[in-house]
Amino acid sequence: MAAPALILFGFFAVVPLFGVVALSFVHWDGLGEMSWAGLDNWKAAASDPVSRNALWLTVKLTVLCVVFQAPVSLLLGVFLAGRQRYRALLATLFFLPLLFSSAAVAITFTALLDPNFGAGTALDAEWLSQNWLGDPELALYVVVFVIGWCFIPFHTLIYQAGTRQIPKELYEASRMDGAGPVAQFFHITLPMLKYTIVTSTTLMTVGSLTYFDLIFVLTGGGPGDATRVLPLDMYLTGFRSYEMGKASVLALVLVVVGLAVSLGLNRITGASRMDSRSEG
Amino acid sequence: MTSNTTDTRPNVLGAIGAWIWLAVIIVPIYYIFVTSLRPQADYFAENPLSWPSNATLDAYGRVLENDFLLFFFNSVIVTAAAVAVTLAVSLMASYVVVRSRSRFGANVFRVALLGIAIPIQAAIIPVYYLIVQIGLYDTLAALILPSIAFAIPLTLLILTNFLREIPESLFESMRMDGATEWKILLRLVVPLSRPALATVGVYQALQVWNGFLFPLVLTQSAETRVIPLSLWSFQGQFGVDVPAVLAAVVLSVLPMLAAYIVARRQLVSGLTAGFGK
Repeated sequence: MAAPALILFGFFAVVPLFGVVALSFVHWDGLGEMSWAGLDNWKAAASDPVSRNALWLTVKLTVLCVVFQAPVSLLLGVFLAGRQRYRALLATLFFLPLLFSSAAVAITFTALLDPNFGAGTALDAEWLSQNWLGDPELALYVVVFVIGWCFIPFHTLIYQAGTRQIPKELYEASRMDGAGPVAQFFHITLPMLKYTIVTSTTLMTVGSLTYFDLIFVLTGGGPGDATRVLPLDMYLTGFRSYEMGKASVLALVLVVVGLAVSLGLNRITGASRMDSRSEG
Repeated sequence: MTSNTTDTRPNVLGAIGAWIWLAVIIVPIYYIFVTSLRPQADYFAENPLSWPSNATLDAYGRVLENDFLLFFFNSVIVTAAAVAVTLAVSLMASYVVVRSRSRFGANVFRVALLGIAIPIQAAIIPVYYLIVQIGLYDTLAALILPSIAFAIPLTLLILTNFLREIPESLFESMRMDGATEWKILLRLVVPLSRPALATVGVYQALQVWNGFLFPLVLTQSAETRVIPLSLWSFQGQFGVDVPAVLAAVVLSVLPMLAAYIVARRQLVSGLTAGFGK
């Protein structure tokens, strides 16, 4: 009875994972014959300034995304964990961005950030009318903001659920001892959310490594190569420059970095918990 | 910050932050809606955030004239087929994981856990190769099959955790009555796991409906285009007709909005399942 699931998963997910290793050692344009390449693709990727830049941009994007998303999600999630009615309403509205496809979000922000017809003209604000997506200095920060718009709702949900698990007695006891709200936040809420923070940050980090569709539609990697992060570089190398072998190398870098980061983060902080969950 | 208690002290800072974030969320959504109602000529003249002075549905008309219904229908087929098969095969596999007394069941579960970590981006080139080799390139099946494969791990995980809660005695009493494994699955497991199936089904439907990379790489012609890809091609095709592009965005999100209104609880718990505990 497990066979159909194993066959489908094996053929379209596990086989490709080994396939990408094999493809990294061949020359292939995506249509014609393959030929043995040895380490050519690996050498080409390692010495390509565009790919090196892509790796650097991915690291930068990941750090910026975590720095932006983690505190906002944490504070919103803790706030929404309260029981008041209007907080439930806010939580309902906060969820809305999760319903949109990345393509829809990217198209919306392209229009909204248009220097001539976008929000800047609506609010008559000079600083909002910048060429947000056309300026290489700004484009990456815009990408970080739009990614935050998409994914902060998800992480807010995680923190909201995590905060609700904290036993109320802890707060009551600390109030007896005269602790104020700020002290409670730092001495109860934050420590109790330790595992939630690890989980959320891991998901953010691994997610940041793989953002593709949003950036693809929003900037296409531009202006120039200003937002050409690793997944985008992989796609453009493979499906636009038809260098599938080199693109496979880049895909492998993605997998290895992603696995290393998530294993690393969990090893540092919550290894035992992951084990206990995998045992069910 | 005492949000976890129901005390009387208001959290002013938190409230201010939350209302600011609400504005950040709502302004773009409001903008999509009002712009989709604006006549094309007014788009260049009116304040982008004002209510349209000549509100019209013309932009929706222009979108529908350009095969939007075909793309919509394609998305419905792909989403429905992918979710139905994912749920069916994952439930069968979960049953094996929960009931099996050998190491096999535990190993299936381990593989699924590892599978969650495989990003689609990393596998896309070999998936493209496989799809071309088996002659499915540029068909809807090319989108359905890999979508199922990448949805199985999380679905299996959630369903397995749910099935573990079913009391052993229920299985035993059915077995005493001489029921086969299939009969137990259909008569006992399927009815009991409805809530979990709904939760993970709604979540996976959202993922497949909004998926972009598989359609981008595995299809090409307008006949097999699905909605997210159509938004992207509308953006190129309509160019300066921003109201039409944003009308397409509104139409693309309507089914998910409907799902959210009807099955909010399932969607929210689907998103946090396995993580936020």
